[in-house]
Amino acid sequence: MLILDCPYCGVRCDETELTPGGEAHLTRHGPGSDDADFERYLFQRRNPRGVHLERWRHAYGCGKWFHAARHTVTMQVFGTYPAQTTEPPADIVERIRASDPDWTFGDDT
Amino acid sequence: MPHRLSRPGRRIDPARALHFTFDGAPHRGFAGDTLASALLGAGRILMGRSFKYHRPRGPVTAGQDEPNALVGLGQGGRFEPNQRATATPLFEGLTAISQNRWPSLEHDVGSVNARLSRFLPAGFYYKTFLWPASFWKKVYEPVIRASAGLGRPPEGPDADRYEHLHTHCDLAIVGGGIAGLAAALEAGRAGRRVLLMEQDTIWGGRTVTDGAIDGTTIDGLDPAAWVARAVDDLSAMDSVTLRSGLMGAGVYDHGYLTAHERVADDRPGADAPRHRLWKIRAGHIVTATGGLERPLAFAGNDLPGVMLASAVRDYVCDYAVTPGRRVVIVTTNDDAYRTALALLDAGVEVPAVIDARSQVTGALPTRVRDRGVEIVTGSGLRAEGTGRVERVLVCDVTGDGTPTRRIACDAVAMSGGWSPVPHLWSHCGGKLTWNDERGFFAPDPDRPPVGADGTGMVSAIGTAAGHMDAAACLGQADTPVTQPVERLPRPTWIMPERAGPALRSKMFLDYQNDVKVSDIQLAAQEGFVSVEHAKRYTTLGMATDQGKLSNINGLAVLSDAVGRPIPDVGTTTFRPPYVPISMGSIAGEARGEIFQPLRRTPLHDWHEANGATWEPVGHWRRPYCYTRDGEDIRAAVSREIRNVRENVGLLDASTLGKIVVKGPDAGRFMDLLYTNMMSTLAVGRCRYGLMCSENGFLMDDGVVARLSEDTFLCHTTTGGADRIHAHMEEWLQTEWWDLKVHTANVTEQWAQIAVVGPRARDVLDRLGGMDLSRDAMPFMTWSDGTLADLPVRVFRISFSGELSYEVAVPANLGRALWDRLLEAGADMGVMPYGTEALHVLRAEKGFIMIGDETDGTVIPQDLGLHWAISKKKDDFIGKRGQQRSHMTDPDRWKLVGLETLDGGVLPDGAYAALDDRNANGQRKTEGRVTSTYYSPTLKRGIAMGLILNGPDRMGETVTFPGTDGKVHTARIVDPVFYDKQGARQDV
Ligand SMILES: [Zn+2]
Repeated sequence: MLILDCPYCGVRCDETELTPGGEAHLTRHGPGSDDADFERYLFQRRNPRGVHLERWRHAYGCGKWFHAARHTVTMQVFGTYPAQTTEPPADIVERIRASDPDWTFGDDT
Repeated sequence: MPHRLSRPGRRIDPARALHFTFDGAPHRGFAGDTLASALLGAGRILMGRSFKYHRPRGPVTAGQDEPNALVGLGQGGRFEPNQRATATPLFEGLTAISQNRWPSLEHDVGSVNARLSRFLPAGFYYKTFLWPASFWKKVYEPVIRASAGLGRPPEGPDADRYEHLHTHCDLAIVGGGIAGLAAALEAGRAGRRVLLMEQDTIWGGRTVTDGAIDGTTIDGLDPAAWVARAVDDLSAMDSVTLRSGLMGAGVYDHGYLTAHERVADDRPGADAPRHRLWKIRAGHIVTATGGLERPLAFAGNDLPGVMLASAVRDYVCDYAVTPGRRVVIVTTNDDAYRTALALLDAGVEVPAVIDARSQVTGALPTRVRDRGVEIVTGSGLRAEGTGRVERVLVCDVTGDGTPTRRIACDAVAMSGGWSPVPHLWSHCGGKLTWNDERGFFAPDPDRPPVGADGTGMVSAIGTAAGHMDAAACLGQADTPVTQPVERLPRPTWIMPERAGPALRSKMFLDYQNDVKVSDIQLAAQEGFVSVEHAKRYTTLGMATDQGKLSNINGLAVLSDAVGRPIPDVGTTTFRPPYVPISMGSIAGEARGEIFQPLRRTPLHDWHEANGATWEPVGHWRRPYCYTRDGEDIRAAVSREIRNVRENVGLLDASTLGKIVVKGPDAGRFMDLLYTNMMSTLAVGRCRYGLMCSENGFLMDDGVVARLSEDTFLCHTTTGGADRIHAHMEEWLQTEWWDLKVHTANVTEQWAQIAVVGPRARDVLDRLGGMDLSRDAMPFMTWSDGTLADLPVRVFRISFSGELSYEVAVPANLGRALWDRLLEAGADMGVMPYGTEALHVLRAEKGFIMIGDETDGTVIPQDLGLHWAISKKKDDFIGKRGQQRSHMTDPDRWKLVGLETLDGGVLPDGAYAALDDRNANGQRKTEGRVTSTYYSPTLKRGIAMGLILNGPDRMGETVTFPGTDGKVHTARIVDPVFYDKQGARQDV
């Protein structure tokens, strides 16, 4: 039963107020993309045992989508940030690296 | 024999007698008794039978860890099976029945299973599947049926109510023994918000009973006085909440803790919730949950009269009952000598203490020896008797069980040592470490479960952390504690250690599920060497006590059998709840009418008062039809359909989703959302549109109206409104956040009434206020205005093929408009129609319905909707998905009409079958029925279906085997059955 801070309305959300949206920072491949890219975009998802950047919606609150950086085993939360970005903010990356120095954004391992 | 002692008991009030029944027989106990102590006091030790072999069983504990004394409590809507008699407070009028027996507890036919036990070894459920079917039917199934089921389920709805309570605190402390009390005092003095909970009804844990036996003092006080002072001090603190009778049930992520409170179990019918489930968000959780004593695995250890040593002294000291008159004690440690002292103080004979240790020199054993009790060292025993303990045979603990002594007795108090209760620590990932010296797993403080900030969110203290003396439990260096020092135990996993198969098959590990030492050894021999596999194969620890007693002994036996150290074998997973909690408390108030809120349209009450048969649609109720006197549902539906085709009908369309899309980029966004071109729609016009998922599959449809240059109103399906609004927001917020667009779901702001039929315009004209003529308001346009002095927005759209207007008014005026329409059309035959008529009307016209013609795998092209898919747009959601090879494959199941050759109605969902068979011997299929109705208009069955290359096969016949054995043959036809030119709607 996670607690995540909504970066829009500032509410500390109980997990029951949120709906999950899976992996964050997907690149959309629309018309004109090749089959392999489209397949990856539509179906292939990271499922790391470790730090994960994921989408959540404050569905029973302000309704906004945001991203969370969370460790999938320890449940440690390194931060939440608005969804209107293509990469995690520097301060959150710094906090992740304090716990996992080898972590890099977009690394598939 | 068990009996009540003539001495005081700490918990009972002999001045207050309580009456109860067990299996119908009346008994008497005292206030403060549990059901088990009252039955013991009444001379009764047989309280239940085991699950698999129906062996006679008495209580083995005095608390929540009880595996044996399970009973059915209450009656009727208050009956509940599998309740622990040892943890059930007695109350006046309590009724209990025994379980797993027939015809009676004393004379049970099923105990024949025990004589079949060599045919019911570990994993026998799985093995039976390997036998021939005839064996299964004649031999195993009857045996399994006889032994299956634990208790019986309650009948009828639960008569009680339950509630949830949400609370927050800085520190939640689970366990009100001396460790929990000391931690609460410290945190409370520091001003922290503390919630201290104790599952028992009284405070202090074991120390009060045990300390009174051995003379322990804390801070110069006897433990009872110290506990009373601590509770007084805590009660005076504003920031501390104390709750006894509250059981910490489960720890979840980020400091979430559930706890279960039995509020009114002892007051059936009281005006109070029976149970309350606490949902606690704590800054930090402290588990002060104490320890559990382990049984010893000796032959005959499940006979009634064999009890944990701590339970025996609890019964003697707390309830003034004894399980027997001559009680042998068998132990591996010093703690059990407290039981000897308690029995001696109560005047009960203790013929001997059998101790597995070869050297027994501790302070407590010395006191016992000084009172003339023989201590037999380096020894173990087995218990014998018919239906209960009658004697023990003593043997060398390291030997094969050859008896050296025989001692008559009527009860045995056993102690295999103590283990911390690690459950709550472990629920969320806290790791354990093995203490080889004392033979237990304890929380490893370096590997706690972590919270959102990455630091430990749970701490274990006291015995739950592995501390086995009062001073360490208190954790306060400056508080003086006097207590006899205990010598180390001798962990002993089977007794005697070289016992042969005959003895091992009588050593019970899991009493409730009848798992014996021999079962675990057999499982290991058969390759189930992982503790999780061995558990499932043997069912060790899978009963309602979740292995509280059996866990450590079982995995020690497994460890020995597989030749790996205990810490390598590890434990099974600890899962919430710690003790079973009622399903009612999990549901809380969410049952009956408030299980799920019902959405009501502004016309709901009218429908209810006018014969509506309800159909659930999403969270709404919509009228399926309105039956009149003497009419059945089918007749009502036919009447409503004919009336729409001939006169005029009214449909409550308020549930249709209505989403406003507004902003400078609204047109661009609409073009991405819909497969059609929406940006070119003129203000004042309507257009039917399709929405697909990124996969390309059709997900919703509806009419879009352009309200102004920058504003669109999107109608969605009834069930789709919330989902489609969320879909729009997801794309706007997470992909196209540069678009300047707002969306608003205004579904409930409007009542919407469809006025449908050849006389629709005549009815509306009578209301007055708007020109609704063909020229002023052509098909697929909308207009704002007033009708009958009500502000309305009229859409000229049709889902029936008839002349049709959908009139929207602010929700609070919906009923007024409905009433005006009924009045104005009274002489034109106006009448309401329901969803079934709606469905038939649209099917007669070949209009698709989301959820009938679509199922999440259908693309618009399958439905002949190419005309609604723009070829001019570079992009829309689903465009790329529809370009995949399987979607562009010409050989797909496509929409057609189906007409049975005999005019009958095709079965819904039926598959069109071919004569060819697939690799599994099943007939291949070439399509399926998606919608099927009797058409009163055409007076025959009509259907739509998806058929392989259907549109290219007009006139062919296909075959639909029904589930009733009948075979239906239908001809492939155009899906538009009625008014193919569309003349009727455009008048
Ligand atoms: Zn929010």
